Amino acid sequence: MTGFLQNTFNGLVSGAFLALLALGLAVIFGMLRVVNFAHGTVYMLGAFGAYVLLDSAGLPFWWALLIVPVVLGVGGMVLERAFIHRLTRLDPLYNFLLTFGLALILQDLVKWRYGVQSTPYATPSGLDGTLDLGLFDFPAYRVFVLGFAVAACVAVWLVLARTRVGVVVRAATERPDLTRALGIDVGRWITPVFGFGVALAGLAGVLAAPMRAVNPLMGSDLIIVVFAVVVIGGLGSVFGSVAAAFAIGLVQAWGEAYASHWPIVAQITVFVVMAAVLLWRPTGLFGREEMAA
Amino acid sequence: MRWVRPALAAAGLAVALWLPNGLYPAVAVEILCWVLFAVAVDLLLGYTGLLSFGHAAFWGTSAYVTGLVAIGSGWPFPLAVLAGALAAAALALPIGYLAVKRTGIYFAMVTLAFAQMVYYIANEWRSVTRGENGLQDVPRTLGGLDLSDAYWFYYAALPLVLLGVLAAWRIVHSPFGRVLVAVRDNPARARALGYPVHRYKLLAFVLSAFLAGLGGGLFAMAHRFVSLDTLHWTTSGKAVIIVVLGGIGTLWGGAVGSALVVRLEDWLAFSGFEQVGLVTGAVFVLTVLLFRRGIWGSLAQLAARLPKRQG
Repeated sequence: MTGFLQNTFNGLVSGAFLALLALGLAVIFGMLRVVNFAHGTVYMLGAFGAYVLLDSAGLPFWWALLIVPVVLGVGGMVLERAFIHRLTRLDPLYNFLLTFGLALILQDLVKWRYGVQSTPYATPSGLDGTLDLGLFDFPAYRVFVLGFAVAACVAVWLVLARTRVGVVVRAATERPDLTRALGIDVGRWITPVFGFGVALAGLAGVLAAPMRAVNPLMGSDLIIVVFAVVVIGGLGSVFGSVAAAFAIGLVQAWGEAYASHWPIVAQITVFVVMAAVLLWRPTGLFGREEMAA
Repeated sequence: MRWVRPALAAAGLAVALWLPNGLYPAVAVEILCWVLFAVAVDLLLGYTGLLSFGHAAFWGTSAYVTGLVAIGSGWPFPLAVLAGALAAAALALPIGYLAVKRTGIYFAMVTLAFAQMVYYIANEWRSVTRGENGLQDVPRTLGGLDLSDAYWFYYAALPLVLLGVLAAWRIVHSPFGRVLVAVRDNPARARALGYPVHRYKLLAFVLSAFLAGLGGGLFAMAHRFVSLDTLHWTTSGKAVIIVVLGGIGTLWGGAVGSALVVRLEDWLAFSGFEQVGLVTGAVFVLTVLLFRRGIWGSLAQLAARLPKRQG
């Protein structure tokens, strides 16, 4: 029983990473109709950002958690203005391809500078112990990541559901033409929303640094799992993406624990689930047909 | 102008026949393989409007099957390649059946995800794929001919490639190909006209996988070695780069794009610059931003304008 709870907990933690990434991807897609292939690369840059700040400026984790997402978010806004914006009127495929090219460039720049070896990053002080919550000892840092990610998801949901910006974003997501006709300047929100989505991916990267090996390739395989997650949840649905992320995190962790002699199970479960969902509900579990373009 | 097409085809054939005399034969062979891959991807992207980002699954599966067949049986290489291509087509049937339920960006993500699944399976199935070591010493035989030299292998492989390209050309210029274009331009209308859109897309997907498989099989033969790289998603991305650079929806563009990208990578490798992705990524970004018709598409557009200016 303790083992099961422990695996479940670890599943929720990896689900939290997937959720932060899927959330950023979904928000960007909703507003811009862009599937950001470079999202995994931003995650990697986030982890590297934390490492570089510690290594060259001596800035600890907490500063990285603040600085890195802001810097990456601003960088994302610049990229949106410089490149992505030019292609919005064209087939969404072109932006998919553009961000793919950007991902190759950014990944190779990091490889060039830092090599492909993994770099360790110490668990931030104060969170390096364990928490005793009765049933078993939880690593404190993982509890923190889980809480942080859940809080971030709730915050984004509250912004989307309760604030004026959220109303505009949701309206522009569903009917951009009608929203514009009502006199709302949709274009004004596009760049900040893109920056925000990028910042979320960077945030996930900083959070990952103390837990996972920091290396230039850490984002490239993860992004494909995130793509599968949003296909399962329904790319048009923020809630669906987050729910699917936690579900997949759990299923993967259980697979890892109970089929450990057969590691392939954990790796391909997400794709098998995706195949099943495509058979049963091609728009994803929470997706709507009009978002299926 | 009626003479343009035959003249272009003749010129293309002449270039293909001359190629290993002007380039390192090994590079020329590599170009041949990628031409098939690019044509396969363009058959879907250019003529059916489906961006497959997972074609490495078919290229790589065929490379492994070709390698295993050649090692296990010692068949003449075209038969081994054919076996690989058939395996790729067989794999494309279930993947395509699920993938064509989605279009556009979704289709790209779904194909990418399934290709990654194939990659993981190959990575774990070490008794067959030999894991990190890859399949080594793939024999390259054709009857009693000695094909160990890349120069002669080029000429032995060329007919297969020409057949594949010709098949693609026949497909896009057949009534079936016209339906594919109709599906690309207006799926609702094609459906209203009574065409089973999903079935057409699936058939196009399987045919494309077969062609990509021909290329992948030849690739295994060309290197006499098969590694997991053939299944990695960056390989799918490279095929798409070649198509976009050459020109989407122009089969010729695939040939031009392959020649350029393979040549560029070869040159980079020689110069000792290891960050190939940096350069190919930059080429890709610039093409998508400034040069969306690609090389062949831009040339064709220019050629179409010329007579008007004179008149």
